[in-house]
Amino acid sequence: MTTTSTPISTVASHTSIGYAVRDVVTLARRNLLALIRVPTALVFMVIQPVMFVLLFRYIFNALGAFTHGDYVNFLVPGILVQTTIFGAVGTAIGLAEDLQRGLIERFKALPMARMAVLAGRTLADSARNVIVLIIITGVGFLVGFRPHGGFFDYIAACLVMLLFAYCLSWGFAFVGLAAPNSETAQAMTFPLIFPLTFASTVFIPLSELPSWLQGFANNQPVSETTNAVRALMTGTPAGDSIWVSLLWSIGLVAVLAPLAVNQFRKIA
Amino acid sequence: MSEFSVEATDIVRTFSDGEFRALDGVTLQVPTGQVFGLLGPNGSGKTTMVRILSTVLSPTQGKAIVGGYDVVKQPGQVRRVIGLAGQFAAVDENLTGFENLRMVGFLNHMEKSTAIARSRQLLADFGLAEFAHKLTQTYSGGMRRRLDLAAALVADPPILFLDEPTTGLDPQSRQDLWAIIEGLVEGGTTVLLTTQYLEEADRLCKQLVVLDHGKIIAEGTSSQLKSSLGNTVLVLTFSTTVDAQSALGLIAGISPKPANVDGTVIELTVDMGPASAAEALRRIDSADINIAGLQLREPSLDDVFLSLTGHKAEDDVPVVTEKLSRRDRRKAKV
Repeated sequence: MTTTSTPISTVASHTSIGYAVRDVVTLARRNLLALIRVPTALVFMVIQPVMFVLLFRYIFNALGAFTHGDYVNFLVPGILVQTTIFGAVGTAIGLAEDLQRGLIERFKALPMARMAVLAGRTLADSARNVIVLIIITGVGFLVGFRPHGGFFDYIAACLVMLLFAYCLSWGFAFVGLAAPNSETAQAMTFPLIFPLTFASTVFIPLSELPSWLQGFANNQPVSETTNAVRALMTGTPAGDSIWVSLLWSIGLVAVLAPLAVNQFRKIA
Repeated sequence: MSEFSVEATDIVRTFSDGEFRALDGVTLQVPTGQVFGLLGPNGSGKTTMVRILSTVLSPTQGKAIVGGYDVVKQPGQVRRVIGLAGQFAAVDENLTGFENLRMVGFLNHMEKSTAIARSRQLLADFGLAEFAHKLTQTYSGGMRRRLDLAAALVADPPILFLDEPTTGLDPQSRQDLWAIIEGLVEGGTTVLLTTQYLEEADRLCKQLVVLDHGKIIAEGTSSQLKSSLGNTVLVLTFSTTVDAQSALGLIAGISPKPANVDGTVIELTVDMGPASAAEALRRIDSADINIAGLQLREPSLDDVFLSLTGHKAEDDVPVVTEKLSRRDRRKAKV
């Protein structure tokens, strides 16, 4: 087949970083188009945190358990962190569906960058998280959320949680590629996500959690990220929570990304 | 151009930590510029073979050269000379037909204008022009298959892998797809396709191999395979298994191939045409055995299998596949 072999120069440029970036953009764009074409998915992503905000803000708060100031200012940063993490469920489902429909098989037979499928998916899901963050912030304002931390601190808080959710989503990419179908992928994410978000400082302060839970809750990354985000948004001292959250993010992606990439190589 | 576009030597692929051997030493050579068929039932290893040749899966053992490149050592080069249309009509339902093809063009690293022009041309060629800007979730099964095939052709690859291209299609869509494949081969493309249908292999493939449980059990031209089978099968149904057994004894010797009995149904290959079928009926009738049903049919893949292996295509699935997860089974499928 010598007549069809590609000249060396073209081969070299094909493997260049420029093409890899273009592959990632192509696939991220494809995933974001789905967001516009199937807006119900976005609506469902937003409904859940809105329900949480209303439920905790008006029902649970009425129990009077929170004695640390204005609960809505405590709650909304936590809900935002929880929502960005829940976005990773979409990463798992999306990849499981691509696999089920044979799209991963198609992508694997194309001369594209190997990591583009996973990077395109996780980055598109981060972009979706940005939209969700803006909407939930708006809902928060409607129910009395008044962050005192200043605009740039608010942006910094958003970046901290988006980075954390992005790094964590590589683990959910692995789940999506390891599950036999999208329904199972979705079911598999909950045992991972619920302990991390509920046994944490997302909804109540550490001191109000049962003592046997405090050890776990105090040392897990969602609590650290929540503490960092809450401190930045409300203008209270963040301690070292920002740095600890960033370290968790780097550590998670260093472990989870190779796991997901290896699974991508193995499957068909 | 070299003689063979695909040369696979002793390919082995195991799943479930070696428990299940989807491919067990497959060697084949696909001549350039022809349609080559991989014929076999579900679970025979067809899809696994296509996935290995298209660099989607790596072989456990063995060597495969596609378009002059090694699938394990030079997968990037292989991907630039192949097109793959898998079993599932892999189109993105949330994109339009045009967007699907353009995306594949971009991922093939084509220039933007080239990718767009090529997408438009393929949509027109495949009768999809008026649906180009409709979401593919509104497409019929036949339209999806055509779009899927078009996606495999965006980069105009000299070698094309088609995994059960017509499974699940209505007869008209099947004919349309066959015509497209024939057109491609006339244009110089080498096609390796898998199929469960003898009719399809007969119509399209110059040469084919028959796979069973990951091994090649026959190879040659379609007519060679069919001539080894006899022309027609006589299917007789009886009211009771006792009647069937008695009839089986009576018709022994009519055909050189032994009749197959399954409960109350007897299948007899009638090599000599209508005369031997009539002879079988005469013998059974004169013994006063009541025939409940009677049918003559052309040989099918089942008959190929029966003749080559002594078991039916769908029978005798190894127990281990039952234990595999859905994913494993899907991977191991055909």
